[in-house]
Formats: sequence, C-alpha cells, structure tokens
Amino acid sequence: MEEVNMAAKFQPGDRVRIRVGSPPGHFRTPAYVQGKIGVIEAIHGAFRNPETLAYGGDGLPKRFLYLVRLELPQVWGTYAPPQDKLCIDIYEHWLEPA
Amino acid sequence: MHDHDHHPEAHAPIQDDGEGSYDEKLTWAILSLLVEKGVLSGDEVRAQIEDTDSRTPAMGAKVIARAWTDPAFKARLLANAKDAVAELGIDTGSAPVLVAVENTERIHNVIVCTLCSCYPRTLLGRPPDWYKSLNYRSRVVVDPRGVLKEFGLELEPDVEVRVFDSTADMRYLVIPQRPAGTEHMTEEELAQLVTRDSMIGVTRARQPGITVSAPA
Repeated sequence: MEEVNMAAKFQPGDRVRIRVGSPPGHFRTPAYVQGKIGVIEAIHGAFRNPETLAYGGDGLPKRFLYLVRLELPQVWGTYAPPQDKLCIDIYEHWLEPA
Repeated sequence: MHDHDHHPEAHAPIQDDGEGSYDEKLTWAILSLLVEKGVLSGDEVRAQIEDTDSRTPAMGAKVIARAWTDPAFKARLLANAKDAVAELGIDTGSAPVLVAVENTERIHNVIVCTLCSCYPRTLLGRPPDWYKSLNYRSRVVVDPRGVLKEFGLELEPDVEVRVFDSTADMRYLVIPQRPAGTEHMTEEELAQLVTRDSMIGVTRARQPGITVSAPA
C-alpha cells in the first residue's frame, strides 16, 4: 500500500451496495455479489486498478479497496444459519452508498 | 525367462506424453517470446520457480506456532501480517498483501478465491489442486458448512462462519485455534499440529497424539 492524496469514500460500518455490471474486459467483482448490500468491515488501502493493469496499463488512479461483509442469507436468499457471513474485497468504484 | 507380458506386476509400457495441452503450449510460447525479447532471462524464470518451490506450509506452521505461544506476536500478526512474518525471517514480498484472520470458539474463517486461485503462496507455497477446483470455489460460498463437513469438520450450529473471498490484492491466512491439551508443548512441537488445510480454514489444527502413518 502506498500513500495517496485522496480520502476513502466509505468508512467501517457504512452500508454499501455492490454495483451491477459486466464491463468488457477484466474485472474482479464476482456476479454473485453484484446488487447485494453489505457493510464496510475494513479499508485495505489504495491499490492499482486491476481493470487497466490487466491490459498493460499502469492501473492509475489507484482505487480504495474495502473488505465488505455480507450476510450469507441475504446473498443467497435461502441460506441458513443466520449468523454466517461472506467477507469479500471490493474496489471503491464498484460500491455505492446504501 | 523373464517375460514382461506375463509378469505379475506388468505395467503399461512407458510412452511419450504426447502433444502438450493448449495451455502448456501457450505458456511455452509466451515464455520463449519473453526470453527472446529480453524481458526475462531463463535464469530469472528458474530462480522464481525455485523460490516458489522453497515455500511450503511448514513456513506458515512456524508463524502459527509463534502466534499461539506469543500473544504480542499474534497481535502484530493480526495488525500487519507481512511485518510480523518478516520477524521470523520470511519475506512475503510487497504485493499482494498478506492478511491474517483468527479462528476462535465463536468465529470460523475459511478462505477461497471464487474468481481464480489467489492464495498466500509467498507463505504457504503452491495451493492444493482442490483449492483451484471449480467445485470448491463455487460451493464453499454457497454451502460452507457442507463443504467443511466433507473435510471432516462439523461446526457447532452457533459458530459464525466467515467465508473470505480473496478477489483482489489481499491474501488471507487463517490462524487456526490452538488445540486443547497442548499447554506443555514447545513451539516446535506445536508447529507439527498446524496443517496446510487448517491455515486455509477447511479443517482445525491437528489434535496432539493423533499420529498419521506413512503410506506403505
């Protein structure tokens, strides 16, 4: 993680929705969490964007990367038991306030 | 007379492996181009393979045994795993970033990479084949308790399961729970109880006294 001159848009505890989309090329937001609501568990820092890095680009500007916690029953609808969680790393441009 | 065809342990004749797979050919084609263009040297490629091969779950086990016996180290491991393992002389490189998560009485963490096969290779070496299988990757996020049961681990209903999907720049290491009845054991003995699978979170650490016999 390198220092960056920008502030994270979300803070731990914030409710977020993971965006829906399948842009052409490489992206790292799996379909099964798209559209789901979770809570920011931690801010990992700012990292180069894999969507341009994958094609020989510099991955800049860096994107904040968050650990997002989702309730497994909300991810799948029919899942039990209720306390189980999914923790997943999502870049900031794939998140919106919920 | 020694007639091979009728020998009781006759085996199929040794044959050439045949033409490589598509991926094998692609790998060799890219590699030879990179060397030809001077981007990499054959020496560098070999050195990288040697470095990867030198990293094994025993390195991770050493880290976990230290965390079990030294609470201050465990706290540092949870806060910044890269710096903590560096204290034991293990260099995990600058990226991706190593992150440790702790299994407790109440919380059980298990790691997957649903998109590919991200794994803390710089600490544990190459991932097992099942970790890369579509079966594990697709099922552990849908039915983690069912998958863990297949590994022989049945969790209490009130435990919270946390499935970590490592989709980006983080590589997760599970700190398994220290087994009961190990208070008298040394750090070296404890490390023997830490298995690769327990650091992925699909099993618990080995119970002391359970011995595994080598295959005949």
